[in-house]
Amino acid sequence: MSYKILIVDDSRLARMAVIKVLDANYPGWTRVEAANADDALRSVEESPPDAALLDFNMPGRDGLELAAELRRLKPLMPLGVISANHQQEIVARARATGASFLPKPLTEQALGEFMEDATQRLAKGAS
Amino acid sequence: MTPTPRTVLNELEVDALTELVNLGISHAALSLAKMVREEVALSVPKVTLVGREEAIKILGERESKNLVAVHQVFEGDITGRVLLIFPEARSLELVRAVIGRDLSIEEIIELEQEALAETGNVILNGCLATMANLLQRNLKISLPEVIRGDSAEFFNLQPPPEAGDTVMFIYINFAVRMRNVDGYIAMLMDLPSLAAMKVLLGEFIQRTAGTSAG
Repeated sequence: MSYKILIVDDSRLARMAVIKVLDANYPGWTRVEAANADDALRSVEESPPDAALLDFNMPGRDGLELAAELRRLKPLMPLGVISANHQQEIVARARATGASFLPKPLTEQALGEFMEDATQRLAKGAS
Repeated sequence: MTPTPRTVLNELEVDALTELVNLGISHAALSLAKMVREEVALSVPKVTLVGREEAIKILGERESKNLVAVHQVFEGDITGRVLLIFPEARSLELVRAVIGRDLSIEEIIELEQEALAETGNVILNGCLATMANLLQRNLKISLPEVIRGDSAEFFNLQPPPEAGDTVMFIYINFAVRMRNVDGYIAMLMDLPSLAAMKVLLGEFIQRTAGTSAG
């Protein structure tokens, strides 16, 4: 089964880095990109993804605010918050929304663990 | 007498601050090494508590006028700015190291500003977040901003600190030797933040060594 993942980051470079790993390891997933929270929510309204990776530090609404909004819209959707800001408070807030925290720079291993977990949860019916 | 940074922190507190910076920068260097897929060499961090003019002079004597910096503001119990600084001539090389060889020079130039901001964001956040965790405080960190200029411009960013212009200047040299890229990380705080830092350092010393700075 093919799934769709939404990648939200104001940095095109950061999105490119995620997509490079997805292309290599998860070619079956469809990718949708957004550069900010507003664009991400518009994209979700038009065509809801199965999972989402969100940068924390973005202009406008940050990744944690977006995570809370996505959680409201899609309560079971696998979410990952990506940030170099690994302060305990940020990590705890990400986990409190039910999102995984993925440190930047993103490693193939960390992204792989998120994708494997997401795939398993989706197979069990999470969305 | 106007208090200066040297009179605000005692020797043990400067030592603790150096250790915090060391841990923060080590984390940042690890992040940079992952990004460039090469070893990043670090100098021993030098915490230099100086005024603004002296900070400008130190960097001005070591480096040319054409510098580029990624700049972020942090706010919380302590407030200040942190800068990742390197010679402008090396910025494309740093970007190339981060992006890899898959892209053409035109694409690298197009991505330069954004790649610098993102690289700075990862390095500076890694450093600040490590320090905040060790001090057991939360810091709000702004979005990264890429600026170009000389040391005088970098240390006179607007708005100026409300409480005078005395600053603390921490610098450390990092080098990606294979790429001939090196630079500095500088942290600036005004005196009220330095006084707040003194309290946090006292708590950190107490937790770490079970003793107070006195």
